[in-house]
Amino acid sequence: MKYVMLFGSPSDDTWAQLPAGTAERIYEEIMTWWGQHAAAGEIIGGERLQAGSTATTIRLGSSSKPELADGPFIESKEEVSGFGLLEVADLDAAIALAKTWPALQVPGESVEVRPVFAM
Amino acid sequence: MTDSTGSASTDHELAAVVRREVARIVSATARWCGDLALAEDAVADAVVEALAAWRRTGLPPRPGGWLQLAARRNALDRLRRDQRQQDKLALLEPLPIAEPDATDDHQDDLALLFACCHPAIGRPAQLALTLRAVIGLTTSEIARALLSQDTAIAQRITRAKKKIVANGIRLAVPAPSALADRLDEVLTVVYLAYNEGHLTTAGAQSRRRDLADDAQWLADALAARFPDEAEALGLQALLVLLRARDHARWTPDGALVRLEDQDRSLWDRGEIERGIAIVERAGALRRPGRFQLQAAIAALHAEAPSYASTDWFQIVTLYDMLRTYDPSPVVQLNRAVAAAHVLPVDAALADVDALAADLADYSYLHSVRAHLLRQLGRDAEAVAADLRARSLTQNPAERALLAERIAAGSGESVGDD
Repeated sequence: MKYVMLFGSPSDDTWAQLPAGTAERIYEEIMTWWGQHAAAGEIIGGERLQAGSTATTIRLGSSSKPELADGPFIESKEEVSGFGLLEVADLDAAIALAKTWPALQVPGESVEVRPVFAM
Repeated sequence: MTDSTGSASTDHELAAVVRREVARIVSATARWCGDLALAEDAVADAVVEALAAWRRTGLPPRPGGWLQLAARRNALDRLRRDQRQQDKLALLEPLPIAEPDATDDHQDDLALLFACCHPAIGRPAQLALTLRAVIGLTTSEIARALLSQDTAIAQRITRAKKKIVANGIRLAVPAPSALADRLDEVLTVVYLAYNEGHLTTAGAQSRRRDLADDAQWLADALAARFPDEAEALGLQALLVLLRARDHARWTPDGALVRLEDQDRSLWDRGEIERGIAIVERAGALRRPGRFQLQAAIAALHAEAPSYASTDWFQIVTLYDMLRTYDPSPVVQLNRAVAAAHVLPVDAALADVDALAADLADYSYLHSVRAHLLRQLGRDAEAVAADLRARSLTQNPAERALLAERIAAGSGESVGDD
C-alpha cells in the first residue's frame, strides 16, 4: 500500500533554540534514515520543503477567480515541512517507520501518515 | 438487524441465528472480500433474503452456513454492480463460493477484533466499532450502553470503518513482531466493553443482552489463541474473578450491593478457583502487567472470608505495582480506597483530595470522599459530596444507592472495590 508521510514542524524558532550541534546531528540522522529506507524500497519519493513563510496560496476568490495570498493555507503553530511517499506492506509498517523519524526528538515535530487514493 | 415481528416461527429462529452468528458471518465475509463495509451490507441483505426464503422452505439444516453463502453471493453481486470495484472483483471471482468452514470460528472473530482495535483508531471508536462489528449490537444498543446518542455512535462507527478501508488495515491477527502493541489495544477494549456493560446492562430490566458475557467470550478466545501471552491470561482471569461475584452484586430487583455488604456465600467458588489458577499460570510466564495485577487484586478480594479480614496491605502493595504500569488517577484513587483501610482516615482523605482536580467529574471520587468525611464526623460535607457523586452518574442503580445514603445522612461504606 502507498501512504504519504507529512512532516509537521513548529513554525517558530524551536530548532534554532536547540543546544549547539543538536540540529546538525539530527539532520545527519535524517539523511542516513532516509537513505536506508529509500534503499530498502520503502520510501519511493519525497522532499524537504522551505519554510511556510515562503509559500504562496491560491484559492478561489470572491470574484470567482483564483486569488493569491502570501503564506501557507493555514497559519498555525505547526506547518508542513516535508513529505515522503511510502510503499509498504500495511499501515502497521507505515506507522512503525514513521515512529523512527529522527526529527521526533524535537518538541513540536510530528508525522501524519495518510493513505493515498488507490486509482 | 431484524425485529422478527412476523408470526412465522422461522422468524424467531432467524433472529436467534442472527444474534448468535452474525458477528462471525460478518467477519468471515469481510476476511473473504477484504472490505468490512461491503461485508456488513452483504450480510444484511442475506438476512432479508433468509426471512423470505425460510418462511417458504422452513429452517435449513445449517442456518449459519446458509447465511454465509448468501452473504458471499451478495458481496459478489454488489461488486459487479460497482464499476469502481472491478479490480477487487477480478481477484474474487475465480474463487469458488465454498461452503464455509466451521472449524476456526475464533480466527474470524479475532481477526475482526484486531482490525476494530487498531491503534490508529481512537479509543471511543475502537470500542463502538467492536461492539457493532464483533459483538453485533445495534447502534441504539451501543448508544444506550455507552450513554451516548445514536447519531454520534453511528458517525463514530462509519468514520472508523472508512479509516479501516482507506488505510488497508488488515482483517487479520497481526504478525508476531507487531503483536505486543496490538494485543494491548485489544485487551483494553475488551476490558472496557466489560466495564461499560457491567453497570448499564444489569439495571432495572431483567436479563437483557449481557455485554459482560460477550466480553468474557472474547477474553476466553484471546487467552486460547495466545496461551503464552501473560496479559491475555491476566484479562481472562480478571473477568472470571469479577464475574464470580456477580450474583452477589445485585439484589433480585436490580439494586446494587456494595462489596462489604455482599453475601459471600453467593460467590461462585468454582469460578474463583478457576480464575486464581489462570492468574498463577500467567504469573509463571514472568511477564507482569496491569491485567495480571488487577486480577491478583480481584483474587485477594475473592479469597477474603469477610470484608473486614481482607488483606488490605497486600492489595495496597499490588496497587503500588499497578501504578508503575498505569499511573492514571483512577488507579491512584483505587489505591487510596484500599489504603484507607490501613492508614489514618485523615491521611486517606488527603490522598483522595490530591486527586480531586484530575477526577472532578468522576462520580466515584466524590462518593469515596463522602465516606471518609463521614468517618471523620464531617457530615454536612459528606452529604454535599454524595450529592455531587449522584449528579455525576447516570446509572440508575448507582443513583439509587447514593440517594439512599444521602437520605440516611450517614452512610457506611465506600462502594465497590
